[in-house]
Amino acid sequence: MSMKISTRQVDGITILDLGGRITLGEGSVQLRDSVRDLLAKGQKKILLNLGDVNYIDSSGIGELVSAYTTVRNQGGELKLLNLTRKVHDLLQITKLYTVFDVKDDEASAIASYAHA
Amino acid sequence: MTGQQASRVTYTLDSSLDSVNKVEQTAEQLARKAGVDEDEIFRISMAVREAAVNAVLHGNAYDPEKRMTASFENTGASLVIRITDEGKGLDPATLPDPLAPENLLRGSGRGIFLIRSFMDEVHFKQLHPGTELTLIKHLGTAPTGA
Repeated sequence: MSMKISTRQVDGITILDLGGRITLGEGSVQLRDSVRDLLAKGQKKILLNLGDVNYIDSSGIGELVSAYTTVRNQGGELKLLNLTRKVHDLLQITKLYTVFDVKDDEASAIASYAHA
Repeated sequence: MTGQQASRVTYTLDSSLDSVNKVEQTAEQLARKAGVDEDEIFRISMAVREAAVNAVLHGNAYDPEKRMTASFENTGASLVIRITDEGKGLDPATLPDPLAPENLLRGSGRGIFLIRSFMDEVHFKQLHPGTELTLIKHLGTAPTGA
């Protein structure tokens, strides 16, 4: 029932590969802590790969929004990659699809970040 | 009316995330048994999960002395799920619109909106104390199966 997170670096972008469920409790807290840790280490270009996220509830959606605003407020960029159809539909319903920068190809997602 | 009819099953649960998960899984089983398709099962179980989160988190505030009840019924024409809490009550009219531009970037406040989006009818009843949410999904004449 929990969420899995692994982290990798590609061309200065930190990719968080997320899997499982982002829901109230464990999943949301894990995501929040991971993003907070990255920001503390100065890693502000973050790509959330949601390809293996099979479930997200309103708390998880809220956590994605909070991560987005937190990163942006610190001068960084947070983008989403590989939305499953369910997550895509939820972001459409909640009108968040146009708020997030959503990518469906990792290479072009990496290339889309502003390079210092 | 078909042979899908079943009696109502009611659970009394503590105010925990385990209870939320149990209610969600029970809703999923109810919907699956009723023969609705996978997308609809997802919507129903998610709406019920959101209602249970609301009861446990916002209603009972994880108070170990307070209980949530969840009842599940297939009337043949509809799936009817009722969730109650013992909290201070919820007035849906006071909830901010999560789609309003000024609220889009809020980290919370989408649960009731999703419930309303995914169910055919949603009714609020004040229990003094507490709130009862009734979620109804009308069953089509030709279940699609999965």
